[in-house]
Amino acid sequence: MFVLVEMTDTVRIPPWQFERKLNESIAEELNKKLANKVVYNVGLCICLYDITKLEDSYIFPGDGASHTKVHFRYVVFHPFLDEILVGEIKSCSQDGVHVSIGFFDDIVIPPESLQQPAKFDEAEQVWVWEYETEEGAHDLYMDIGEEIRFRVVDETFVDTSPTGPSSAEASTSNATEEVQKKEAPYTLVGSISEPVLTGTGEETAKDWS
Amino acid sequence: MSCSRKDANAALLSNFEVFQLLTDLKQQRKESGKSKQSSGQQNLNTIMYETLKYISKTPCRYQSPETVREFLIAMKGHKLTKAEKLQLLNHRPVTAVEIQLMVEESEERLTEEQIESLLQTVASILPGDPEEQQRDSAMETEGRGSQ
Repeated sequence: MFVLVEMTDTVRIPPWQFERKLNESIAEELNKKLANKVVYNVGLCICLYDITKLEDSYIFPGDGASHTKVHFRYVVFHPFLDEILVGEIKSCSQDGVHVSIGFFDDIVIPPESLQQPAKFDEAEQVWVWEYETEEGAHDLYMDIGEEIRFRVVDETFVDTSPTGPSSAEASTSNATEEVQKKEAPYTLVGSISEPVLTGTGEETAKDWS
Repeated sequence: MSCSRKDANAALLSNFEVFQLLTDLKQQRKESGKSKQSSGQQNLNTIMYETLKYISKTPCRYQSPETVREFLIAMKGHKLTKAEKLQLLNHRPVTAVEIQLMVEESEERLTEEQIESLLQTVASILPGDPEEQQRDSAMETEGRGSQ
């Protein structure tokens, strides 16, 4: 689920940090800029892996800080298509089951990718899988906090950079100044519509062997 | 952002490698003490804590560089893709159905004996939960005794 991404960036080190070792300052700046942030079309950045190349540092007129072009590799969370992941059910809604893996929360399993037949229990706000065996029908409740194993079937990146002034004019023409819905920059769509993907308990595996 | 990406997929990392990296980084930061509370470091602290918390619950916590190397060498004969070997390494499957999940078109590519031998390799080379393994071996000796 993790990949190494080669990136290049120019890092600015202010003069009061000149006494520190350059590599340390640069590592700290890169982590400050990228850790726990989603980079468009790349993934969720975790931490710096290493610095592969440091070019010369320049000081520009008007700014006492040094600017250094850095080539580095960063550990990024970016599961590949069809990868199996294990997460925890965070909540259920009409849109499906929302799963979290602790450091990343925007995973959703839509109703059509649940084990069929599945129905949404309005009273308890949980999805229920009704599966039949020879003895009769059983209900498997997708309770909050339960571990769930799923397959990654799709990912979406949304560019959440601030929009320019021209689109801001259009939005202020709305009578009600509604705050724009916060979109998650990176979402994963999962599926559990295959045998043995529901739960990670041994019972399920035995049922299907 | 001036940040440009040269290669978005330079390499796949196993959970174990990330686990090692974060553990070492945590140790380094602890040793160099102070200034870790500076405003900029909060994001790094958060993501390191959460990621370590998650990975520590997976089989990689029992792995070592030697076991990973041994595993990859043993996997050479099975003709699996890099992604499939990575999933086996990260998840340590113990049943045939799990193998079928992780290996694409496994019914066509692997015979039952091959799946069995894969499971054997995984179980023997990749360490599992030591408590569970003790329980399993205790149950085995019990079974033999009762025969």
